[in-house]
Amino acid sequence: MAIEVRHLSFRYGPRQALNDVSFSLREGQLNALLGPNGAGKSTLYALLTQLYNVQQGEILLHGQQLGRQSRLLKQQLGVVFQQSTLDPDLSVLQNLEYHGALHGLSARQVRQQADELLTGMGLANRLKDSIRSLNGGHRRRVEIARALLHTPSILLLDEATVGLDTAARQAINRHVRQLCRDRNLTVLWATHLIEEIDPDDPVLVLHQGRLLADDTAAAICRQQDARGLADAFEQLTGLKDSPACI
Amino acid sequence: MHLTAYATALKGILKREFLRFIHQRTRFLSALVRPLLWLVVFAAGFRAALGVSIIPPYQTYITYETYILPGLCCMILLFNGMQSSLSMVYDREMGSMKVLLMSPLPRAWLLFCKLIAIALLSLAQVYAFIGLGWLVDVEPPLIGLLTVLPALLLTALMLGAIGLFLSSRIRQLENFAGVMNFVIFPMFFLSSALYPLWKMRESSEWLYWVCSVNPFTHAVELVRFALYAEFNLQACLVTAGTALVFTVLALWGFNSEQAARSKGR
Repeated sequence: MAIEVRHLSFRYGPRQALNDVSFSLREGQLNALLGPNGAGKSTLYALLTQLYNVQQGEILLHGQQLGRQSRLLKQQLGVVFQQSTLDPDLSVLQNLEYHGALHGLSARQVRQQADELLTGMGLANRLKDSIRSLNGGHRRRVEIARALLHTPSILLLDEATVGLDTAARQAINRHVRQLCRDRNLTVLWATHLIEEIDPDDPVLVLHQGRLLADDTAAAICRQQDARGLADAFEQLTGLKDSPACI
Repeated sequence: MHLTAYATALKGILKREFLRFIHQRTRFLSALVRPLLWLVVFAAGFRAALGVSIIPPYQTYITYETYILPGLCCMILLFNGMQSSLSMVYDREMGSMKVLLMSPLPRAWLLFCKLIAIALLSLAQVYAFIGLGWLVDVEPPLIGLLTVLPALLLTALMLGAIGLFLSSRIRQLENFAGVMNFVIFPMFFLSSALYPLWKMRESSEWLYWVCSVNPFTHAVELVRFALYAEFNLQACLVTAGTALVFTVLALWGFNSEQAARSKGR
């Protein structure tokens, strides 16, 4: 298993953000993490990326527990945060070089990887461009390229397509699926957008810190006797929202 | 991790800070304008009011401009150290700090790299300022330009460490104004940067003692002596000790910040 989460709980003072959450993700799959605002998605990401320490329960990456080999296990993780973390004053290449350096990659190694990754994203000719000159969709692609620069085996995307238009969202979605196939990459994709999820995708439904479902999208729909994932989500959480976007 | 990974990270952080500095040219100019105003305008007004006796390391009577040059060099280091901590708070608010914290390298090493980057950028500004001082006839001995380098580096590390510690404690950018009022101004004015301590003692005994224990006073004296190719052991020990204490405190600050977040505070 790429990621195993066992009985994970986390509190912000009196508020329970995660409550006895357990799941496991197989290698080379795109897994969707579905939940409304405040469901605990960002807390889960902060724990997976070790920005927070685990309070209760355990997390294993490729069978190794976080906390023991934590620093080395960070090499296995590529992360795209909800908020952009690119330096707008620097160029695309300079941002990638900075990230690469923090992971021990030389400028030459970064350049090789960057060429390959950005070509795959249709941004090969934007290497020298300033981040400020890129639109939102292209910035997100650069962030994904940056997250993959040190060849991690797990990619965590925290609402990576928020604020993008449909075409940009679809392009990123296609590209990430391609990466799963080509690189055997395990992806955990937190999203509000049900349209980004295919029927065969494994889906985790998180609500108020609890894991309500852990199966493929199609299976969850069957279990809930729902017309689609949006209906199933409504039945699971009791929330009424638009079918395309939770 | 291999040692080369540590060196690569250092190089990467230095390069990033340097590039950011290049992109923020106004920061470089404002870093020079502030002490230049003191050197040209303030000193002209105060020259007559403040008599300076012969005090070590000077061998003769000196102009007021000559006296305040080391203090103004340290002023650049002080403002730069604090500005860097401001940028750390900004990075944290904007989320870009996460990029740094996602590195598999030890946090202590990453903070040390950051500290070195802050110090080296500050040094470039100090030397530019000393060069401009030459234009208004403030001319330290040429050998001093070399011997002052380690003193400036140590001072920059001390002030950078204080800045990093503060940035680990400051939660919001808005709170940074307090740093100006409670750290920068008291540190600068309660030191020997603008007036010799014996002058301060003539006015107030307790202010003199406050100035005497201010680590910034010792940093200024370290730089003053080094600029004239002399070594002030006491000043060096206090500056190095303060740098060490605040480096440890900054590391503790960043680790305890994570621990606090992890406890949901």
